[in-house]
Amino acid sequence: MEMVKIIFLSEGIEGDKIRISKLHLEGVMQRRLLDLGFVPGRVVEVVRKSPLGDPIAFRVSQTCIALRKEESRKIEGELMEP
Amino acid sequence: MTGTYRIALAGNPNTGKSTLFNLLTGLKQHTGNWAGKTVDMKAGYFSHKHKEYEIIDLPGTYSLYSNSIDEEVARNYIVFEKPDITIVVLDATSLERNLNLALQVLEMTDRVIIAINLMDEADKRGIVIHEQILMKRLGVPVIKISSRNRTGIEMLLDTIDRFVSGAITTEPLKVVYDAVTEEKIVSLAEKAERIFQGELPARWIALRLLDGDERLMAEIAKRFAGRVEDGVRTGQGAVAERSF
Repeated sequence: MEMVKIIFLSEGIEGDKIRISKLHLEGVMQRRLLDLGFVPGRVVEVVRKSPLGDPIAFRVSQTCIALRKEESRKIEGELMEP
Repeated sequence: MTGTYRIALAGNPNTGKSTLFNLLTGLKQHTGNWAGKTVDMKAGYFSHKHKEYEIIDLPGTYSLYSNSIDEEVARNYIVFEKPDITIVVLDATSLERNLNLALQVLEMTDRVIIAINLMDEADKRGIVIHEQILMKRLGVPVIKISSRNRTGIEMLLDTIDRFVSGAITTEPLKVVYDAVTEEKIVSLAEKAERIFQGELPARWIALRLLDGDERLMAEIAKRFAGRVEDGVRTGQGAVAERSF
């Protein structure tokens, strides 16, 4: 029995792989994140978390991109099995 | 002789766009300010098979929609200055990321050639690129090059030549959106077509309206002063409509 666990990117821990399902963002910021590769359906990996959890570095289409919590807590995805 | 053809070079940063530009133009180039903005775009000249070309090196961007000045300058040139060909330069080692921009350009114009650059680097890393499949899917010429090693350049030049001679017809991949969005696109595009009559890509304008791109609408209002207001007054205007 597999349960799909939906989390926000901000809740990921190092090594987590998350398949993005939804961006709760608007306008230019939404566009910018899509352009950077945070696209529904794509898997991103949590590479590093700073001590207070902000910002967080993600690997997305072969590039490392750090997001502020402000944005990462608005991106939702499915936590992949390790 | 049919005058000078204009080519625009678009691409992500660090795709070797400028290397290609320098290779094609040699020293026949100058740097200039365009569109009243403080972003520099280089223009250069070359000739090939008795045709003259002006080539513009657009600012390197990942997108044309995030509203930085660089992106606006690149977008404005492609949409409003309508070059004879826009060459989208892609990094062969990072196609997934690079194709984002390619698809954006294909929504704006059908006069596109895709140049997959840094093929030497891709070969080194064992990356194989099936340009025939890409060509079929994207609906425009796809040429593999390495501007560093000067491979594929003759093929690119010949493709440019055949393109401006009318020997190549393109059918760019049309991104299809969900049914609700498509319905809105069609109705807005009809209105946009009535206002701009082929001068601007109607479907693309519809998409930008649905995306709420106010900067673009301001730019259009400036460049088409009078026309847009007339369209709105006669009830044909799409400019004030928003989907959300």
